[in-house]
Amino acid sequence: MDFAFLSSTMVTLIRAVPTTLVLFSLSILCGGILALGITALRVSGNPVLSGFAKAYIFVFRGSPLLIQMFLVFYGLGQFGVIRYSFLWPFLREPIVCAVLSLALCTAGYTAEIFRGGIRAVPAKEIEAARSVGMSGFLLVRRIIAPIAFRHALPAYSTEIVLMMKSTALASLVTVWEVTGVAQRLISQTYRTMEVFLCAALIYLVLNFIILQAMNLLEYSLSRHRRPFAPGLRA
Amino acid sequence: MPGVTRLSVRNLRKSFGTHEVLKGISMDAQDGDVISVLGASGSGKSTFLRCINLLETPSGGEVWVDGKQIRMLNGRGGSRPASRAQVDHIRSELGMVFQGFNLWSHMTILQNVIEGPLHVLKRPKAECIAVAEELLAKVGIADKRHAYPAHLSGGQQQRAAIARALAMKPKVMLFDEPTSALDPELVGEVLRVMRALAEEGMTMLVVTHEMSFARNVSNRVVFMRDGIVDSSGAPEDMFGAGASPAFRQFIGHFGNPQ
Ligand SMILES: Nc1ncnc2c1ncn2[C@@H]1O[C@H](COP(=O)(O)OP(=O)(O)OP(=O)(O)O)[C@@H](O)[C@H]1O
Ligand SMILES: [Mg+2]
Repeated sequence: MDFAFLSSTMVTLIRAVPTTLVLFSLSILCGGILALGITALRVSGNPVLSGFAKAYIFVFRGSPLLIQMFLVFYGLGQFGVIRYSFLWPFLREPIVCAVLSLALCTAGYTAEIFRGGIRAVPAKEIEAARSVGMSGFLLVRRIIAPIAFRHALPAYSTEIVLMMKSTALASLVTVWEVTGVAQRLISQTYRTMEVFLCAALIYLVLNFIILQAMNLLEYSLSRHRRPFAPGLRA
Repeated sequence: MPGVTRLSVRNLRKSFGTHEVLKGISMDAQDGDVISVLGASGSGKSTFLRCINLLETPSGGEVWVDGKQIRMLNGRGGSRPASRAQVDHIRSELGMVFQGFNLWSHMTILQNVIEGPLHVLKRPKAECIAVAEELLAKVGIADKRHAYPAHLSGGQQQRAAIARALAMKPKVMLFDEPTSALDPELVGEVLRVMRALAEEGMTMLVVTHEMSFARNVSNRVVFMRDGIVDSSGAPEDMFGAGASPAFRQFIGHFGNPQ
């Protein structure tokens, strides 16, 4: 084992972790917000709006993320409106393209996860809320969303972990995140195994932390399903 | 204030598709009235209560709560409420207790009770908590305030649900078979709470199969049959010589209540 090489590889790769984390957190954040909007359209009851949401979800879940990313990266510049708009200096940045396509894609999956959560909200609890005079946004904010989110959390954790791994695709549109830097190291050293093992280890550690955080969140939101402990106050 | 009409229902109708469930029900509740609504399964009792607070949209007729009529629009697709805001307001004035308790499972009992006053009536939190603790003590589950619904027995959950409804300071309480989902040994604790409420002068409309409650607590009994009011009157008359043949047959199934 060449520990000197391994540790220098590790150091180089860890320098790329911030880029991976930026890709990950921005796409989860933007994708999550977008997913809320798509979920709202999907469950709106209006056939045109829910049809649009269904089409969106189908397109982004039904085609490879890599192709979506290439289309955003190479395709956006083909449109004059975009090429000559004030957004172009921003949109031609590889990292922006990567975040955009990751967010668009995860929004499709997340919207379906949220919808599943909403379907699991007991109608009786919604009725009880209506009977005290709640409706509209108040009803969503206080009753539907909190219950739906709890139901959606396990599936949402999985989606978040998948997104962490999907950030690796950004290397193919020239973003120097962990996988991209690993490939560059390999092309310089030809030591594929060691470099990729180091990269895999980094993703494992990141996902371990994310899963621990999600488990903690799930635990703190499921007090109502655990035995009553009188000493523990809310 | 005795003599004030808290709830007035005029010729209420409700159809599901072609199935006419309520065929013109009229009923008045004065302040302090405790009205027991009896009837066989499927006679439309739940539908009647649910039409009063618009959990079902009536097909026709009028509902007045505390002197205000719920405004309805009659369009091509049938009738619908004219104003969402008014519906929300009316619902906040009517306390509803469900057969299945319907507590919010993700909230503690205390959170369940303060939810409406805090977020619908927008009262200060300290006041909401003080009122809630008082109500929980009154229904006998003060020690459970930080427990979640799943940690309570059915009887305790139903008492929590009653406290939740009372926290809104409702003008009228509507009960839809509040004890039907309970094990027999838990029925008594819920009925005691309801009896105490009745004695305090709360106006109550109670769908029930508890003949002893109908007879001993309510001051009026309404017997529904096939979507109409078959007969109604004071319990002494209804359970005495004045009973209609259909009601006599109905209570025959329950033995002789005391
Ligand atoms: N949402 C609905 N859609 C269609 N039919 C309904 C609906 N709700 C109730 N009904 C019908 O209306 C009739 C009256 O129902 P309702 O629940 O009001 O009866 P009930 O008197 O409360 O009976 P129970 O004692 O069993 O609770 C029944 O025939 C029922 O099938
Ligand atoms: Mg019923």
